[in-house]
Amino acid sequence: MKIAGIRLDLIVPGVCGLALLFGLPIFLDLFSLLQVTLYAIMAILALSLAFIWGYGGILCLGHSAFFGLGAYAYAIAVINIGESTAPFLIAILVPTLAAAAVGYFMFYGRISDVYVGVMTLTLALILFNVVNSTSGAQYHIGKAPIGGYNGLPNVPGLNVPFDPDNSLDPGDMYYLCMGLLIVVYFGLRWLLTTRFGRVAVAIRENEKRVEFIGYDSRLHKLATFTIGGGLAGLAGCLFVNWGAYVSPTTFSMMQSAQVIIWVLVGGVGTLFGPMIGAVALSWLTVEVGSQQLIDANLLFGAILLVFVLLVPRGIMPVLIDRVWGRISLPRRPVFTAPPVAAREGKR
Amino acid sequence: MSGSNVPQPLIEARNLTMRFGGVTAIANVDLSVAEGELRCLIGPNGAGKSTFFKMLTGQVMPSEGEILFRGTRINGFEPHDIARLGIGIKTQVPNVFDGLTVRENLWIAASRRNRGKATERAVARELERLELGSIADRLVGQLAHGQRQWIELGLVLLTEPALILLDEPAAGMTEDETVRTAKLIGIIKQSCALIVVEHDMKFIRMIASRITVFDRGRILVEGEADAVLSDQRVRDVYLGKRAA
Ligand SMILES: Nc1ncnc2c1ncn2[C@@H]1O[C@H](COP(=O)(O)OP(=O)(O)O)[C@@H](O)[C@H]1O
Ligand SMILES: [Mg+2]
Repeated sequence: MKIAGIRLDLIVPGVCGLALLFGLPIFLDLFSLLQVTLYAIMAILALSLAFIWGYGGILCLGHSAFFGLGAYAYAIAVINIGESTAPFLIAILVPTLAAAAVGYFMFYGRISDVYVGVMTLTLALILFNVVNSTSGAQYHIGKAPIGGYNGLPNVPGLNVPFDPDNSLDPGDMYYLCMGLLIVVYFGLRWLLTTRFGRVAVAIRENEKRVEFIGYDSRLHKLATFTIGGGLAGLAGCLFVNWGAYVSPTTFSMMQSAQVIIWVLVGGVGTLFGPMIGAVALSWLTVEVGSQQLIDANLLFGAILLVFVLLVPRGIMPVLIDRVWGRISLPRRPVFTAPPVAAREGKR
Repeated sequence: MSGSNVPQPLIEARNLTMRFGGVTAIANVDLSVAEGELRCLIGPNGAGKSTFFKMLTGQVMPSEGEILFRGTRINGFEPHDIARLGIGIKTQVPNVFDGLTVRENLWIAASRRNRGKATERAVARELERLELGSIADRLVGQLAHGQRQWIELGLVLLTEPALILLDEPAAGMTEDETVRTAKLIGIIKQSCALIVVEHDMKFIRMIASRITVFDRGRILVEGEADAVLSDQRVRDVYLGKRAA
């Protein structure tokens, strides 16, 4: 039964992913495909926070710091280098190293969970202000101006690795982003089955016990946080490529808050849920943006409130209990336990 | 190891002192436990028993004195380093992974020392020893108090420590559960040393061992169970206070 449960767990998202990857380009026009590409990028960003917060138990309030670093690192590197292979890697490396450095001080300094949240928030604020206030010609890194609040327009897009003449068109970008989303999702799924992944979850449950067992919780938290930072950077890099433009809003509070809302709405402690949250709410942002009647921020505030009060576990855990619970009982740790009656049947 | 004929103690506290601001929780305690020994630690609430355990496991830094484990000074070591040296602890307030199943809980502990199939086997063995097989796939957070205590015990045992500290392992247990826990301790003591903090006199008689009595952060008496339990000073500070 459990084997069947695990398979369904893998098969459903696997089939969905592949169907979307190869099916959507057939059915959608280019404009819609571009839209879906953006959703895929945001879903990667959502996964990065879903991993460190939902599984690692580390609440990162300033996740846009790593998203923005990935975006700017790519833009500045590609303007200087031209060919995009190295810039792509730099865009992942810079936020990864930043997360490692900040994480080292936070976790080896054993600061409390609340201050971890505050420190990450502060990091994002500092980066936003620094980048936002460097608009003069005197602020540049190599050939690239930083651009201040104007950001950097006309950022060259990705090319086929080591082949600068062969740049990716929007169709290629779709396959790249959707493909990476699938890889990241299943990569994290796999990671969570390893000893490292399970210990990371155990730290969320009870850090003290993890240490009494003999695992270095600081090292595990650092690794979790660093992986999340790197993935957020990857999303940032793809985001610049999507719009050929980067601005300080990638570092903004609104950006950080959005990711948190996606994860909350989708379900803290799941991976699939936050992806759905990211796609649904990004879609909503576009829809609301195209009319004047309702203010987007107000709407998001209302959605957040509704979920916190009425569906605190998020969409995914509820869906799993209601629908899949009947068939297969795939079990993943969540904050609130599923109904006892449903579990009893399994034994 | 040491050249002399006197066997080196497994763990030794020398002049150990712990102050919290103005409160002295532990004052100049000298205590040593031999390899394979079972020691009971008793004393009224606030005597400093849990604080003593916290120092041994690196949760708090002693204000003064030193702790030697097999001759190595372990003051200031990180808790996970101390755990790896071979000291396990079951805390007074259970520390388990509530959001995970019993099996997942044990897996985390078992994979400290095992890899692959060996981990699964170690988990299966522990489930059997603790008779937890029927609840293996339940979430630990949903289980009764006594069961959670045994799961925590399982987490400690799976790391195969040389010294196990048990802080009130039978607290809140029914009579039957207490008897079972005492039996378990009987089995455990064949493979490692134990220091057990307990209030329940019946329980202490069941596991009958050498006893150290703490009172207001100091050692009041130390000796064999019969002698200590009939000591008038012990009755005064301990039994007297308990009844109150
Ligand atoms: N973190 C702390 N801060 C201040 N005082 C503490 C702290 N931990 C323990 N104490 C004090 O130390 C004394 C011993 O406590 P404890 O070791 O828990 O006793 P026991 O386990 O024997 O009941 C008590 O007076 C308690 O209030
Ligand atoms: Mg105590």
